[in-house]
Amino acid sequence: METAAQIEAPPRTHYLNSTYGLKSWLLTVDHKRIALLYLASITFFFFLGGAFAVAIRLELLTPQGDLMQAETYNRMFTMHGVVMVFFFLIPAIPATLGNFLIPIMVGARDLAFPKLNLLSWYIYNLGALFTMVAIVTGGVDTGWTFYAPYSTTYSNGNVLLTGIGIFITGFSSILTGLNFIVTIHTMRAPGLTWFRLPLFIWSNYAASLIMILGTPVIAITVLLLALERIAHVGIFDPALGGDPVLFQHLFWFYSHPAVYIMVLPAMGVISELVTNMTRKNVFGYRFVAFSSIAIAVFGFLVWGHHMFVSTQSVYAGMVFSILSYAVAVPSAVKTFNWTATLYKGSISYNTPMLYAFGFIGFFIIGGMTGLFLAALGLDVHVHDTYFVVAHFHYIMVGGTIMGYLGGLHYWWPKITGRLYPEGWARFAALVIFVGFNLTFFPQFLLGYMGMPRRYYAYPEEFQVLNVMSSAGASILGVGYLIPMVYFFWSMRYGRHATKNPWGAFGLEWMTSSPPPTENFKETPVVTWEAYEFRPIHEAEVIDVTRH
Amino acid sequence: MQVVPFSPDQASTFASDVDGLYGFLWTLTVVLGGVLTLLILYFAVKYRRRDPDEIPRPVAASHRLEAIWVGVPFVLAMGIFVWGTSLYVRMYRPPDEAIDVYVVAKQWMWKMQHLDGHREINELHVPVGRRVKLTMTTEDTIHSFYVPAFRTKMDVVPGKYSTMWFEPKRAGRYHLFCAEYCGTSHSGMIGWIDVMEAPEYQAWLSGGAAEGSLATSGQKLFEQLACITCHKSDGSGRGPALEGVFGKTVQLSDGQKVVADEGYIRESILTPRAKVVAGYQPIMPTFQGQISEEQLLQLVAYVRSLSGQQSQQQSQQQSPTVQPQVTPRGAGSQTNANRQSK
Repeated sequence: METAAQIEAPPRTHYLNSTYGLKSWLLTVDHKRIALLYLASITFFFFLGGAFAVAIRLELLTPQGDLMQAETYNRMFTMHGVVMVFFFLIPAIPATLGNFLIPIMVGARDLAFPKLNLLSWYIYNLGALFTMVAIVTGGVDTGWTFYAPYSTTYSNGNVLLTGIGIFITGFSSILTGLNFIVTIHTMRAPGLTWFRLPLFIWSNYAASLIMILGTPVIAITVLLLALERIAHVGIFDPALGGDPVLFQHLFWFYSHPAVYIMVLPAMGVISELVTNMTRKNVFGYRFVAFSSIAIAVFGFLVWGHHMFVSTQSVYAGMVFSILSYAVAVPSAVKTFNWTATLYKGSISYNTPMLYAFGFIGFFIIGGMTGLFLAALGLDVHVHDTYFVVAHFHYIMVGGTIMGYLGGLHYWWPKITGRLYPEGWARFAALVIFVGFNLTFFPQFLLGYMGMPRRYYAYPEEFQVLNVMSSAGASILGVGYLIPMVYFFWSMRYGRHATKNPWGAFGLEWMTSSPPPTENFKETPVVTWEAYEFRPIHEAEVIDVTRH
Repeated sequence: MQVVPFSPDQASTFASDVDGLYGFLWTLTVVLGGVLTLLILYFAVKYRRRDPDEIPRPVAASHRLEAIWVGVPFVLAMGIFVWGTSLYVRMYRPPDEAIDVYVVAKQWMWKMQHLDGHREINELHVPVGRRVKLTMTTEDTIHSFYVPAFRTKMDVVPGKYSTMWFEPKRAGRYHLFCAEYCGTSHSGMIGWIDVMEAPEYQAWLSGGAAEGSLATSGQKLFEQLACITCHKSDGSGRGPALEGVFGKTVQLSDGQKVVADEGYIRESILTPRAKVVAGYQPIMPTFQGQISEEQLLQLVAYVRSLSGQQSQQQSQQQSPTVQPQVTPRGAGSQTNANRQSK
């Protein structure tokens, strides 16, 4: 292994400077450049969605509705959800880190379908354009869940435009998933067997399966919604002969697995971070790998746990509840294996590792509160309250964004060839950790006290916890802005990165930083196991029964 | 009374059980999260990197260890599943004897109709220690009837009746919230549940101008809409007689059977040809769009009254002079006694 201490000149030409000009970016088929295009797009949407969140938290500082109209508030939380879910969280890790890393990690020159990859970025932006038009011309007030018959009959917002935006963007997701699956199946370097793949690949593979199997369902659902809204075909509205609960089934059939599209790639990042920052083989590689697949498969069978009080039958409720507990097991397995990987490792406290620690902490709380919500009799009370809001933010923000930021820091030297300022980065990670907990933990308590979600005004007894949450949100906002600043700064002023500044293991650290357009000068031949910092036959076996 | 910190009053018979599971799960979270956090901190300090070039020895997992941490969470999860499910089944099994209240939701208010004809808006008066069953529907979009102090909620879905029940055990005034987002004034669709001691409840019942019972209003409608020309009580009409039908199993013309509950009566008025009673022709016209949800509920209450299925509350109202408070009190203390003996 090479080490950070080794002096190394940066490569003279690489993917960033091989060609110049706007056209060379907008027409690129290089997966690394497309990853950066995606990075720019989703960063814009992250801060747009964040701005809506600021409006929400400001309004909720006081019990009365005073800052804006109820109508405006409803649009704010709807657009916060739509933008964050469909335009940031779902593409966040796969389209940026996944796009950049998957070909390199399998030792390929590019994805299987480079032009399709570029097309997916354009499709994403076309969908984003529709949604932006919908937002600018007044927004939409249905909640990101678009429940019928409110969305089909009663809402007077830009439901159709937003729906078209989501419909279109879905195809970018499908293309990305397809590209990943084909690449992982067919373009692995010689010697790179399935069980030698980095765990980031496994988890993105699992997420890709959900993208191509689940996304068409949301497309169909949006289409049916449009059909009812425009042509009054009775599908969901009982006044037209439809069934409103059917909408919920269709919506959650995609939207629950969509949570795993967000969090599985983040889990993949955490597996990479924990292993490489410990410089040791991951504990129970196959268990971690298969747990990703198990989560993807079970994830398709639990949608009804969003509907325990929807008038769905009691027996359906029981089936969805028990299957939801089944998903808890592979999630727990991952957490235990990450913890065990630390055992007898060589643990570094670099920023990526701080994000990994933060992820595990949030994931324990987010995961455990999932057990509360899957318990039928308890869910009846906390369903549609702030308890749910807190739970899914712990998973989607505490999980996905921690994974995303941790990964971005970890691979930043590879992506840009520059190092970010470590001190500032650790500080920002700490600010985010504190701000996040202060924002969302009080919401668990609010929810149990009975505060329903999507409330513009609320009884006075809920104020103290709401003020805490808003205070936390302002800290969290600052925490997210700091990396924005130093990442931009480092692109120009950061120190040059060596090929492998972390002393990490994996094909991406064996090519230069930044990599050449073709990734590797010669196709690598893999003769080692995953994370083989030292030969595996030297391993010490841990067995509880013998100790 | 607040038993668990940051929780609403425990005002129904469900509340302490739900809080019990909630408390158990937080304990589990703290124990499991605490153990993992301590382990992580311990490892992070003990195995911190001491030399930048350090490469530790690999560690291999034994399958037995992995099996333990697959197995233990699985068993725990199944235990929580059983606990949560037993609560849920209790919440959703409707009680045999209960005070019936019909609820119609609309943007953005709750309309409650008692069988005796009392109507309330955004407020519901119920006695302590009696089971109350709500039969609910909505005139527009989905709403959800949520009383945090009772630890229960149920969606109110257009096009059908949903039901929920609770047994208040502590007098007081408790929040009623709409929990399903329903448009502009969703957060204004709130109200109060007034739980009263039996004597005050009786006083409340006898006061206020009830415009005849719900069934009486239904009877008037039954005549106005000319239902009576076909559904003759002697069975000689073109439609079946409705006396004694409610709550019974009905034989349909397609050979299937259906229980004549509120939902079936509603469906038969709105889409009469969906489930025709055996021996009759599908000739009844639909009343879809001609009567409101409230009128529908009045008709349902009337059909129900034809089977003598009236709550004690109503029978009492019809004979107010005969020992007005004995029945509910007796029933109330009986349920209390039952509960204590469990």
